[in-house]
Amino acid sequence: MYVIVVGGGKVGYYLTRTLLSEGHEVTLVEKEQGRVSRLTPEFGENVVLGDGCEVRVMEDAGMNRADCVVAVTGHDEDNIVVCQMAQRHFGVPREIARVNNPENEAIFHLLGIRETVASTRIIYSLIDQEVGTGESLLLAALKRGKIVIVKLDLTADSPAAGRMVKDIYLPGECVLAAILRDDHILLPSGTTQLQSGDTVIAVAEPESQHVLRDALVGAKPSRAG
Amino acid sequence: MRVVILGCGRVGSTLAAVLTREGHHVSVIDRDQSAFDKAAQRLGPSFTQETVRGIGIDEDVLRQAGIEEADAFVSVTSGDNTNIVAAQIAQQRFHVPQVLARVYDPIRAEAYREAGVKTICTTAISTGLFHDLVLGRQLRGIQDYLDTTRSQPDAQEKAG
Repeated sequence: MYVIVVGGGKVGYYLTRTLLSEGHEVTLVEKEQGRVSRLTPEFGENVVLGDGCEVRVMEDAGMNRADCVVAVTGHDEDNIVVCQMAQRHFGVPREIARVNNPENEAIFHLLGIRETVASTRIIYSLIDQEVGTGESLLLAALKRGKIVIVKLDLTADSPAAGRMVKDIYLPGECVLAAILRDDHILLPSGTTQLQSGDTVIAVAEPESQHVLRDALVGAKPSRAG
Repeated sequence: MRVVILGCGRVGSTLAAVLTREGHHVSVIDRDQSAFDKAAQRLGPSFTQETVRGIGIDEDVLRQAGIEEADAFVSVTSGDNTNIVAAQIAQQRFHVPQVLARVYDPIRAEAYREAGVKTICTTAISTGLFHDLVLGRQLRGIQDYLDTTRSQPDAQEKAG
């Protein structure tokens, strides 16, 4: 795969290094001479000096044949323009943009950049997960942290133990995907009765995790108590 | 008319002053307080009714400047990409009826013009004007200079 990375900061550096080590063809575009000088000993001709928003620089970097463009500069507006130009002017099939200010994520999507990575928000939700949600364990984060898969273990004290799924109040933004009971997988329906010892696998939006946890295994005891 | 201007440099502040003098309601956004101070020194403190400090692609800042009621939005910061992105937000997010962006890079200006953003490329305009003046040619309409595909003088020769 041919990948063009725009922005030679930390993210751009490690991304380029990883992609190269996996055997991909990579060009890293960086507009500051100082950074290019530091990157060249390691990456050689894979580093190009230039403004990744300039069409000429993009052409020289081979944007016409790129399979993917990754814009990881520290400026959200630059990342947006790099992706839009790659999309519209060069017809690159795939663009991925780094979102620096998490509040800008909606703007990226509004302006046609579907794939975004907002590291601040991802790190925040991982921390929130650790600190905030006791008995629910994060198994996976999908769609760049907007959907999570969590595991909840029911005990005799859990409010959901002994109740049918349809009688449990669940926020709209979550689904119970499976119940693991004695090495078996049950697909939950409304009339499935949950039991102590069940492990529930749920898919949810991060914001509804707390409500989900409260409904199934109960509120986490306060740390002060 | 209610106008929001992003960027309080020479163009932004002077445009604000002209519109304000004509009785329009103008607010100017800039990330730098000193830009407002300089403009007030050059043009007098009443060059605009409102100044808002902040980043132009921040929706809250745009709202604070009154973009939801704006009839026009003009993006004239020194950064092409900031202008391009802010103009698209004004168009697509806030549905401002008249949106204009200055873009220095002629290629980017044209690419976004084709995509429906009204871009004004001052590089193309000044270059075209100087070019015609240097060669003693008659000056053309602004639109001719903006359209870089037609700015080749040979393709531009008109009868008379």
